[in-house]
Amino acid sequence: MIETFYELFLSRYNYWMAIILMLIGLYALIAKQNLVKKLIGLNIFQTAIFLFYISLGEVEGGTAPIYLPEGVDALYVNPVPHVLMLTAIVVGVSVTAVALSLIVRIYEEYGVIDEDELMQAVRRR
Amino acid sequence: MTMIDHIPVLMIVIPILASLLILLAGWYDRRFCYPISLITILFQFGSAIAILLHVMQEGTIRYSVGGWAPPLGIELVVDSFNSYILAAILLLAAATAFYARRSVEKEIGPEKTVSFYVLFQLLITGLVGMTITGDIFNLYVFLEISSITAYTLIASARRPHSYVASFNYLILGSIAGGFILLGIANLYAATGTLNMADLAHLLPASYELATVHAAFLFLMIGFSIKAAFFPLHLWLPDAYAESPSAVTILLSTAMAKVSIYAMFRILFSVFTTAYIIDTFPVTGFILFIATVAIVAGAVLAIAQKDLKRMLAYSSVSQVGYIMFALGVANQIALEGGLLHILGHAVMKGCLFMVAGLIIYRMGTSRLSDLKGVAKTMPISCAAFALAGASMIGIPPTIGFMSKYYLVLGALEAGHWVYAAVLLLGSLLAVGYIWRFIEIAYFGDHHGDHGEDHQTRAREGPLSMLAPIVGLALLSLFLGVFVEAVMEVVGPAVSILLGGA
Amino acid sequence: MRENVVIRTVSRLAVPFIQVFALYVIVHGASGAGGGFQGGVVFASSFILMTIAFGLSSVRKRLNNRWIVICSVLGITIYAGIGLLCLILGGNYLEYGIIETTLGIPHLHGYLLDAVEVGIGITVMAVMTSIIYDMAERGGESS
Repeated sequence: MIETFYELFLSRYNYWMAIILMLIGLYALIAKQNLVKKLIGLNIFQTAIFLFYISLGEVEGGTAPIYLPEGVDALYVNPVPHVLMLTAIVVGVSVTAVALSLIVRIYEEYGVIDEDELMQAVRRR
Repeated sequence: MTMIDHIPVLMIVIPILASLLILLAGWYDRRFCYPISLITILFQFGSAIAILLHVMQEGTIRYSVGGWAPPLGIELVVDSFNSYILAAILLLAAATAFYARRSVEKEIGPEKTVSFYVLFQLLITGLVGMTITGDIFNLYVFLEISSITAYTLIASARRPHSYVASFNYLILGSIAGGFILLGIANLYAATGTLNMADLAHLLPASYELATVHAAFLFLMIGFSIKAAFFPLHLWLPDAYAESPSAVTILLSTAMAKVSIYAMFRILFSVFTTAYIIDTFPVTGFILFIATVAIVAGAVLAIAQKDLKRMLAYSSVSQVGYIMFALGVANQIALEGGLLHILGHAVMKGCLFMVAGLIIYRMGTSRLSDLKGVAKTMPISCAAFALAGASMIGIPPTIGFMSKYYLVLGALEAGHWVYAAVLLLGSLLAVGYIWRFIEIAYFGDHHGDHGEDHQTRAREGPLSMLAPIVGLALLSLFLGVFVEAVMEVVGPAVSILLGGA
Repeated sequence: MRENVVIRTVSRLAVPFIQVFALYVIVHGASGAGGGFQGGVVFASSFILMTIAFGLSSVRKRLNNRWIVICSVLGITIYAGIGLLCLILGGNYLEYGIIETTLGIPHLHGYLLDAVEVGIGITVMAVMTSIIYDMAERGGESS
């Protein structure tokens, strides 16, 4: 019992954390009416993926992948996920910027940022 | 290293520099933007043709960026499959660039043309990058470059509704991007590499892992959203209908096709046919959904009141045809599917161009306002009829040839029912194409409020008419000279099924 | 904006340090943790602080839209230019080693890497700042 619990949850707690965060993000994306809150949900969703990636590259006891005096023998964490996530963060920032400016425009045009009201306003036009 | 080996990377770098040049030239004089954009796209198209010819004769081009050897560094790979897609999307991009000038002047407004062409250029560059990269994470980056530019371009119509359409697409597109990223993470966790060829080598050892199944599903769902595969197409009609005409054409031809290309690439070159047929049998399910997509897209298209929206739903149906090939997954059907990627790009490009021209001249694309439009715009309506015939699949057009191969492939695999439904889809296509033809040619043009539209409407300017006629004739010629296309498509399919 | 002595004084003190730190992060990118993107964002964050403390118009005086476009173009041109230079000298795109061996200057490889990072940093700084400007400007109009 404890064994299975350990096997499923504790030894892979990083996966569970990523999944929980992802689901929080997806929930906000789907259930929240406010467009800004949707966007926050999107950001949580993306952050969960970033954390998942970085936890993949983690080596127990490893240090940051900076060249140390002891050379290649030192224990480093895998730097590839960090580099990949840097790129993905750039993408996330750009998406957020575009989304925010769209929300500003939508607000200027319709005067609402609530999705239901927005859909009514769209239909009215 | 000869010059031709460097062309893949130049096809990405030079357009990026050109987009900056457009930005700078826009300060000096806005009129410089369009020629620079056109020249760059023509350069890309020329390079694509050169690469296609080179690959046909000499085989695959591999280019390691930064001189780092493939499993570590980013690799650009052009084989006969993606050189074909590359030539197809850049053909359409070039046609769109010719078409864009007048429609952009009218729809975007002069003060925004500079940023429009910068984004237009970046979108095409992102799509080219997606097509030629051999690195799965690089694929994601280019996917997001093209997506972000697409969101902005859709919003550049500056109609209130286009902002909403763009925002909805952004949310769905970002979820898709997130899923793709997760899929890549799982693949990386399972194998420790991001290079597609390397992945194909290393994956068979871990086919049974749950990680790989999860990766597969994440990638499938992500790319299905991007390609607007039927139940995940909800962003598409708004995004296509509300964006400026030039953007609609580019999205429906180049971008949709590249997403489908990426799906094919992942399914056949990263996961091999052994995986998608034996280990994780998904083809039957894809076939079923594709058939539903064909019928549902066509039925929804028939129900529309707006020309652009109708064509957008028709795209949902046509994506179903291409995915149908993926579901059957044998030589003949895949040949049909790849043929349909080119064919659908050509004919849907032509149809959307006509729709754009009608909006350009009449300011509306509501079907009820278009009564008797063929009397004032005979050439474009004739082109619409020709491309529409291809959409329906009347011989000897390209649309007929691709559906012919699809049906043959389905029959060979023993899917009688699905083949029958595919033919039903063609009949439904008659439904929506004929609606426009009937309204345009036989509609009573003394309608309620059609009068003021009629007086203003006349045949479009040459720069818009030439691509329309060109693409319409191309959809005919490609069907007549289908043997020439098959010479390219045949090896491409062998690469897909060969698993390497 | 209401006068706020604390914010103004603190940001007046902090901004130079933030910018120096940003430069450190940028040039440190080749050999350690850091790089053009992070540095560029840190640099842009100093402009956010200035926008909050002194208002948009006073920051605009120091870095106007024209300079932002010039900076973003310049940064990418540095990056792509070095890449193309490698290509002209017979290597692959961004294969710095080729320039080093062709010109015969030792350690040029590392300097080129730094130059690329600087290029990226300039572009990121400019683009981030322009995003801030656009958002701040719109907010100012509506309120």
